[in-house]
Amino acid sequence: MKHWLIWMIAALLPLAFTSQAQAFSGEEVMKKSQAAFLYPGKDFKARVVMKLINKDGQERVREMTMLRKNMGEAGGDQKYFMYFFQPSDVKDMTFMIHKYPARDDDRWMFIPAINMVKRIAAQDKRSSFVGSDFTYEDVSGRDIEDDTHVVEREEKVDDRDCYVVKSTPKGADSDFGYKFTWVDKANFLPLKEEQYDRKGARYKEFTADEIADVKGIPTAVKRTMKNLQTGHRTEVAYLKTGYGLGIEDNLFTERFLRQPPRKWVD
Amino acid sequence: MLRTVTLFSVLLLAPLAVLAEVTLSGFVQQNTAFNTAGQNPDGRHYKWLEERAQIKLDATGDAWRLLAKGDLAYDHLGRQNESELREGYIDYAGGNWDLRLGRQVITWGLGDLVFVNDFFPKDHEALFAGRPLEYLKRGVDAVKLGAYPEFASFELVLSPDFRESRIPDARRFRLYDPMPTVVNRETVKPEEGDVGLRAYRDVAGYDAALYLYRGFQRTPSMRPDNMTAPTRITYFYPKLSVYGASLSGRAGEGVLSLEAAYYDSREDRSGDDFTVPNSQTRLLAGYQIQPVEDVSLGFQYYAETMHDYDAYLAALPAGFPVEKRWSHTVTARLTQFFLHQTLRLSAYASYNTGNGDHFVNPELRYSFTDRVWGAAGANFFGGKPWGQFGQLARDDNVYLQARYEF
Repeated sequence: MKHWLIWMIAALLPLAFTSQAQAFSGEEVMKKSQAAFLYPGKDFKARVVMKLINKDGQERVREMTMLRKNMGEAGGDQKYFMYFFQPSDVKDMTFMIHKYPARDDDRWMFIPAINMVKRIAAQDKRSSFVGSDFTYEDVSGRDIEDDTHVVEREEKVDDRDCYVVKSTPKGADSDFGYKFTWVDKANFLPLKEEQYDRKGARYKEFTADEIADVKGIPTAVKRTMKNLQTGHRTEVAYLKTGYGLGIEDNLFTERFLRQPPRKWVD
Repeated sequence: MLRTVTLFSVLLLAPLAVLAEVTLSGFVQQNTAFNTAGQNPDGRHYKWLEERAQIKLDATGDAWRLLAKGDLAYDHLGRQNESELREGYIDYAGGNWDLRLGRQVITWGLGDLVFVNDFFPKDHEALFAGRPLEYLKRGVDAVKLGAYPEFASFELVLSPDFRESRIPDARRFRLYDPMPTVVNRETVKPEEGDVGLRAYRDVAGYDAALYLYRGFQRTPSMRPDNMTAPTRITYFYPKLSVYGASLSGRAGEGVLSLEAAYYDSREDRSGDDFTVPNSQTRLLAGYQIQPVEDVSLGFQYYAETMHDYDAYLAALPAGFPVEKRWSHTVTARLTQFFLHQTLRLSAYASYNTGNGDHFVNPELRYSFTDRVWGAAGANFFGGKPWGQFGQLARDDNVYLQARYEF
């Protein structure tokens, strides 16, 4: 009798562990994914080269240095600073975002042509980032609470085991109806995302094309967002990436927006 | 003087350039504006017709930076060869202070083509003749000191030489002139410089700033030698001090901007000299929203009031246009992007509710490639013949700008 019970427990144990491994809710997976994708390190720097490619293959290049600093835990406030190199008519332009979860960002822009700093209205986080297929939310994150998240299944992307999470916006103000995200089970990076429009037609597709190890942190250094309805796509390469660089709080102020320090914008 | 110092510094620092990152860039551009409502006073049909090239040198070391922007232009409307140092300065950045020395463009305040706390020189002709936006501002030859202690940030601007705003050329624009028969005219510029101070900091999520200025009006006043039988008119820049403040931040779905300033007309504190602007209070409220993707809407309400209105009325000679005590202006701007933000439509309109003075500027701008862009737009003016825009009622124009950047 005792033996029978032990065998039964022994037989159920692996199941118990498996189910524990699967016990992440969709929301937990997306939270971990957000932490791995948008919050790693205390701060982050990259030279970002964006290629905007239309369906005929014509290219436009947007190149900037992007600096990010976390002001607290993953999922908390962040500050972003961007300095533009290309195209030439926006060279020396800088852009600053103070990002707060669950409320609208504060954004400032410095226009070098007239040497003016301007605060800009920013209630639409789904709008295009510098004309690319990425939205502001794709660059700096979408609030987890804005959607409901369900782990639909598990699946491999190439040879990586992934959770497939379906996210559906709670409100009606979003450009997409729902989306699936393939989140790597090992490092929680999103390897793929498929967005569907509000009519259920395929809309946009995100892929993390190259994951590199940067100071021990797996980082998506190449990524693509394709608009499947227009054929337009944006390919992004992160160069000169670094974490934990000691970016000072005061970088994210008007002083440096007007005069970006060389050591941070190369 | 300051220009010489800058030049010298440029030469002195040239060897340092090998230690620095040096970039050369620039553009060539064509700019045409043709009349749609009549000829210029000089009989020409264009407000602007020129080819222009700009070279920009940018050398950056660890704590310092040198920037020089020089323009060469050929004007087809009589000015011919023109050259201009647009900007030329040296920056030095210390720990919590910095310094900029040389010719520099400075913009303070929050207004969109409405200036309350932006005391720095402008080029009104550039705006009205359909030139690119950057030509709206003129550089000042100055030392700018920045100090950034914990509790606030400060910018002090000291200019040894006064630099005036550029007003439209009377050969190209029909400017209101109360004494058109007097041909003997001279301009007297202040022999002193001016000084401006801005202090700013965050106050509960709002950008708050205080401004002080002591100098002169940037646009000239005119004074006849004799009221009854004038033979000579002198243009001069009356003494002015400004005390102002601004606040900007999120309000509801958009960004709210508030500005106020007291203009102390030091040359006419009693207000009874009709040739000098009365002391004023200027108020501005602006609101900007982004209703849908790639669309931005901006609205402004701007008011000016004269402080010694009764003295002004009493001193104003018969036959001169009478201004109201209060002047109210509303403006609106729509900006919309298309085609992955390579095509931009913008439209600006300003209307004075008291005298009907108005200005409308629609523009379409397209980036053909990452290096080539072109813009087509128009300037329409109207109102009373002596109003800021009304006097330009027959100066309506349509303009084209094309630029190749390298």
